[in-house]
Amino acid sequence: MKKVNVTTMMIAVAVLGLTVISCKDEKTEHTEEAGMHSEMNHEKGMDHDNMSASNTGMDSNTQNLQAKQVLTDYMTLKDALVATDEKAAADAGKQLQNTLQSFDVSNFTTEQQTELKDIIEVATEHAEHISRSDVAHQREHFQMLTKDVTDMVAITGTENTLYQQFCPMYADGGGAWLSMEREIKNPYFGSKMMKCGKVKKEIN
Amino acid sequence: MKILKIIAPILLVALLGIQFIPTTRNQSEFVPKTDFIKVNNTPDNIGKLLQVACYDCHSNNTAYPWYNKVQPVAWFLEDHIKEGKKELNFSEWDDYSSRRKNSKLKSIIRQIEDNEMPLFSYTLIHRDAGFSDVEKAEVIEYMKWLKDSLQ
Repeated sequence: MKKVNVTTMMIAVAVLGLTVISCKDEKTEHTEEAGMHSEMNHEKGMDHDNMSASNTGMDSNTQNLQAKQVLTDYMTLKDALVATDEKAAADAGKQLQNTLQSFDVSNFTTEQQTELKDIIEVATEHAEHISRSDVAHQREHFQMLTKDVTDMVAITGTENTLYQQFCPMYADGGGAWLSMEREIKNPYFGSKMMKCGKVKKEIN
Repeated sequence: MKILKIIAPILLVALLGIQFIPTTRNQSEFVPKTDFIKVNNTPDNIGKLLQVACYDCHSNNTAYPWYNKVQPVAWFLEDHIKEGKKELNFSEWDDYSSRRKNSKLKSIIRQIEDNEMPLFSYTLIHRDAGFSDVEKAEVIEYMKWLKDSLQ
């Protein structure tokens, strides 16, 4: 009987070893896929540029487009969380990660560049986590991401009217988020507490 | 039973064989200036807890007891070290921007509160790496204090 026990243990160890190796392979594939996405995304960004080529203020235009894209991706993510749609939120997180990674800060002042780089670095991490987490964890990162996006908007400015909204029920002192509409749709609780929250501030 | 008698020696040989595959060691000679414990002057009791429970995967210096050198445990650990350092590297703490520090501290607190860290699979092998309830509370309290003091 003892022998059987020892053998079973060894098999378990070997299987564990193999699992670790196969996990590694999977991860490499994911990274390659991610690379492709970002290339595709880049092309999309170029289309945007061409479309608006009539505008002579190309530099500030690109700058606006980038900030606008961040907000668009952020709103897609927020809406996915309102709907408690984990898959859609993960996709939006991935998209936001790509947008942030291709964000070019060179048209800003030196001081703004430093600040923006810090924001982008941290926000990218949150977006990346959102792209591969369960919905509870996605919301935790969304809470932190909101701070970064809010600070980013303070630097880049925005054409849209944004509503900074806040639900005191969420963990860690309450959860804030940005929305394009005044009406409260809670991304931290979804249908459980859809109306929880208040408009704290209007931006623009 | 017969099958086991045939398989067992094969596995044993395989297990011995994989011991000779070289791995990269995550070790450094000195504690860098940017080290979390050094920079923050972390109290000894908290610092020790962090070193035992976190530093193996979240710093440039892994303590390697014998079982961490044995395959496939070493592979398992190597993978976690790579991942772990990407997420949070206590050795490079002071290179982080204050925004990033703040974000990391929030995540540290949450991960420990939710019992997601230290990883269960890690404390399973590394029995002394798990926090007791008291230790857990102490580490969280310290991290919260540090986060507030940085703001």
